[in-house]
Amino acid sequence: MSMPLLRNDWVVMALFTAVVLSAPIWLSPVGAGYPDLLQKFAIFGIFAIGFNILFGLTGYLSFGHAVFLGIGSYTAVWSFKLLTMNVIPAVVLATLLAGVFAVVIGFLSLRRSGIYFSILTLAFAQMSYNLAYSVLTPITNGETGLQLTMDDPRVFDSATTEGLPSTTLFGMDMSGYPGFYFCAVLLIIAFFISLRIFRSPFGLKLRAIKSNQTRMRYTGFNTKPYLLTAFVISGMYAGLAGSLMAITDPLAGAERMQWTASGEVVLMTILGGAGTLLGPLLGSSIIKYFENIFSALNDGQLHEIFAFLPDWLENIVVAIAGEFVGDGWHLTLGLLFMIVVIFLPGGVVEGIRRASAFVRNMFNKSATDESELSAEKE
Amino acid sequence: MDAILLQILNGLDKGGAYALIALGLTLVFGTLGVVNFAHGALFMLGAFCAVTVQKILTLSLKVKDESITFFDAYKEQPYLELWFGDFGTKIIDWSVPISIVIAIPIMLLIGLAMERGLIRHFYKRPHADQILVTFGLAIVMQEIIKSFFGANPIPTPAPEIVAGSAPIGVLLGLGESVVYPWWRLIYLLFSGVVIFAVFAFLQFTTFGMVVRAGMHDRETVGLLGINVERRFTIVFGIAAVVAGLAGVMYVPILPPDYHMGMDFLVLSFVVVVVGGMGSLGGAVAAGFLLGILQSFASMNEIKDIIPGIDQIIIYLVAVVIILVRPRGLMGRKGVMED
Amino acid sequence: MSDDKTNTSELSRRGFMKVGAAALTAASMPMFFTKDAWAAKEFRNNPGNAGTVKFGFNVPQSGAYADEGADELRAYKLAVKHINGEGDGGMLNTMKPLSLKGNGILGKKLEYVTGDTQTKSDAARASAKRMIEKDGVVMITGGSSSGVAVAVQGLCQEMGVIFMAGLTHSNDTTGKDKRRYGFRHFFNAYMSGAALGPVLKQEMGTERKAYHLTADYTWGWTQEESIKNTTEALGWKTTAAVRTPVGAGDFSQYITPVLNSGADVLILNHYGKDMINSLTQAVQFGLRDKQVNGKNFEIVVPLFSRLMAQGAGENIKGILGTTNWNWALQDEGSKAFVKSFGQEYGFPPSMAAHTCYVQALLYANAVEQAGSFYPPEVIKTLEGFKFDGTGNGPTEYRAEDHQCFKDVLVVRGNQNPTSQFDLLNVEQIVPRSQVEYDAKIFGGELGPYEV
Repeated sequence: MSMPLLRNDWVVMALFTAVVLSAPIWLSPVGAGYPDLLQKFAIFGIFAIGFNILFGLTGYLSFGHAVFLGIGSYTAVWSFKLLTMNVIPAVVLATLLAGVFAVVIGFLSLRRSGIYFSILTLAFAQMSYNLAYSVLTPITNGETGLQLTMDDPRVFDSATTEGLPSTTLFGMDMSGYPGFYFCAVLLIIAFFISLRIFRSPFGLKLRAIKSNQTRMRYTGFNTKPYLLTAFVISGMYAGLAGSLMAITDPLAGAERMQWTASGEVVLMTILGGAGTLLGPLLGSSIIKYFENIFSALNDGQLHEIFAFLPDWLENIVVAIAGEFVGDGWHLTLGLLFMIVVIFLPGGVVEGIRRASAFVRNMFNKSATDESELSAEKE
Repeated sequence: MDAILLQILNGLDKGGAYALIALGLTLVFGTLGVVNFAHGALFMLGAFCAVTVQKILTLSLKVKDESITFFDAYKEQPYLELWFGDFGTKIIDWSVPISIVIAIPIMLLIGLAMERGLIRHFYKRPHADQILVTFGLAIVMQEIIKSFFGANPIPTPAPEIVAGSAPIGVLLGLGESVVYPWWRLIYLLFSGVVIFAVFAFLQFTTFGMVVRAGMHDRETVGLLGINVERRFTIVFGIAAVVAGLAGVMYVPILPPDYHMGMDFLVLSFVVVVVGGMGSLGGAVAAGFLLGILQSFASMNEIKDIIPGIDQIIIYLVAVVIILVRPRGLMGRKGVMED
Repeated sequence: MSDDKTNTSELSRRGFMKVGAAALTAASMPMFFTKDAWAAKEFRNNPGNAGTVKFGFNVPQSGAYADEGADELRAYKLAVKHINGEGDGGMLNTMKPLSLKGNGILGKKLEYVTGDTQTKSDAARASAKRMIEKDGVVMITGGSSSGVAVAVQGLCQEMGVIFMAGLTHSNDTTGKDKRRYGFRHFFNAYMSGAALGPVLKQEMGTERKAYHLTADYTWGWTQEESIKNTTEALGWKTTAAVRTPVGAGDFSQYITPVLNSGADVLILNHYGKDMINSLTQAVQFGLRDKQVNGKNFEIVVPLFSRLMAQGAGENIKGILGTTNWNWALQDEGSKAFVKSFGQEYGFPPSMAAHTCYVQALLYANAVEQAGSFYPPEVIKTLEGFKFDGTGNGPTEYRAEDHQCFKDVLVVRGNQNPTSQFDLLNVEQIVPRSQVEYDAKIFGGELGPYEV
């Protein structure tokens, strides 16, 4: 927190809004400008931003956050099945129910700290996953995932004639780009709330807990309600993200609650930069980009990309690059994790800060125009 | 009665495996304080030591099957068999025990290299960074193994003589149906020996004493002019060896594939934490406790009363123990609590 | 940017309005007439006048089924070659009736995109959506599990893109969860049971007590149910049917109770890694050397493949099961396919590769025959399509549930393999008539042609 900077929240928000809403345009040259991936960026952005409110501010590492994602998804799909295809009740109910579960799980898990807390959250999530996959199949439809069917009641909707209905926002179809803009608006709101929390007295107290909880307790300060509030807020973010997954694609599967999904959001947050405002969003986008774009590259496409090289070189380059894309995308991701954390402690945001500092030094400008990215660096 | 006896034996057997897998992790995680997400990958590398040894021993003379024209199909005859006859067959049969000997130096080297090259730079870094870098490393190791050996499990049987079951029931004068696989009994014995050896090493040698002192207060020990860093390197190496041995010994039970480490990662963390951070004894006790409870929870009689209990028993027990005992079974105060 | 592609759901709805009346009338008219009425219709990813057309190959490239996925991809690439008239043509030389001319599809060159399902519904759907939204594919195919197949099939119905399922064995795929836009060439659990029944009777008699270990999810349940129905009809008793968690790794705690149960047959309703582990461990417990009720204890694995046999090694030898196809079959179609595949890659194709290759060909052929990429046209061509020369004898895509009906192979783990690929012995080719069933027994609804 060194410099007086672009401090005005409204300027930050305006910039953020513009960047998010124009994403379909500036992301299409890198192959990410299609609705599904854009939706995933926004949804996992919300998930990671919410996770960061807990982990980034308080240092409590939940290893079972995906359980709220799953609960959000199941609630949303049940809302579509029982009530209406309108997405508003789905969003509201999913966020609330995730909040309720977060109160219970948080209340129990927060009785412990450090690794014991992590394992408690992990255990709750794994129990939910295992049960959802098997004995809770009547509620979750197990491995296949909960789907809409023709004979769902949908009490508030008039009967549709043919085929499955799609999710709507008062008549507007929620697949494709409208779905993305819906997620984007919620992402912007979520980001705004996170920004306010980061800069509020509440956020300050959470940071104080992170830096020295014992001292906080000695001063007669009860940390528990603050921690629980942070836990519930971040659980509700996850529930919201889960409901959006169901809205853009009405299917909820148990694997959303598996430990790998919980681990993914941890990795996203750390990769981007835990405790920074933008880091989690960047981290989640990077991982989703690799998962969807790198995994889909095959030798044919690589040959197109490297067609400008002389043939012999092209073949060598494609042969080497082929190991890192397609079925080798996990390898690239693993290397990326290592490189980032070895060279950029503090995540991608740290890299951006260093790069911008480097550029600034080159132009020898005053320090006042440092980007807002670093504003929240610890 | 027989059923109960079998289930107890099975619980001990599972517990031994859990304890052994968790033992290496608790050395680096519970004592050095490094959250090592690559622990599962070390387990997997150990298993692939056995696979590699088997592949080398069964290098074969390939006789083309002429009836197949579109691709090359071979009838394989290992060179060892060709050269040494029955003795060669014996060597191949004993490839898993042989790999134990070979895995020890290899895993030690891998462990030392990992600590020197990577982990030691992360002792002072936040746990978050440790998670990311070791997770990344685990993925990289997995993918390398996958590109060499494929994703399909590779059968790696135990020697013929211990491939079947021991007629325990007959030996003890109980029913004939009480049998238990020899190899699993050997695994149980083996894990006991390894656990005892590690304990003894830390408890009764000067080296172990220094390490234990260093775990409590690294700075003071350092000020006494003792090179703690080097000893920690060796501890990490030992942990890698233990993880690797757990892997080698497990291959006859579970044909190894590149992903097996990830499958055991969560379990080993749960065992270590339930045992309590910083306590080797706790990890071992937790391993056996969870093994036995899981074995009993899987009985049909119990599943009929509580459906799905076998799916969650480990996590349920973990929750109860951590909530009842703040630091697991035998955790030390202040280790990984913040 | 591809805005034109993206709001296709609106487009198709507008298209639907525009021709609404025509469609309504057309539905009641003979096919030759409707063909022209629909020819000019707009639909998602219509290749229009483009010179190329794209397929989406959605296979597991990471996770437990990565090897199977890799083999599926090899088969698809081969299919693309053959459809485009490159290579030796493979099954194009044997399949009857055949409309494909070896010049692509309707004169358009066939291209493809690939994606990784990770054997997870979410990842598979994300990958499929990318193919539809970004790459503009006309058809998606692939997959190595029933959960993924059902999930992607549902998505394809919503999106109006045809899905040709890869390896999926659950009854639900063409039963409870069947979709108008989804087609399955692979056989299912019911057929496994029906095919195994007589062989089990002959091998093991009618006085048996079976103990099931079942993977605790939908595929496992449908297989358990199907096998149970078959064996109980033979007069067998079911001692217990125990559900085991997916990916349990160590199954010993479920195997110990078998020893005392009085059962004399163990049926493993596990697939892939789970099956390899549970079988390996069951054999370690001495089950195969055991005598119960004066009979030899037997293990049956209702579904297995060559890749699984490879993972199980010695333990699979002599074990009975069923499989969709095997490279050692001697009919013309199989030989042609094994030849092309073997020459291209140096080893024989797996059953996953076979079903995927045939699926790609079947779709391409249906388009060629229908003369249009318009999905409802293609679907109607595939429905009830009868063909031969693809390796399983005369085959029919049943119109009621989009399930292929063909011969099923009962196999046994080979005791004395003559080569590293010779792992399965085909015991019996069970004729199609024996595995047929009424489409109504599994319920479900296909849904509309127009979406």
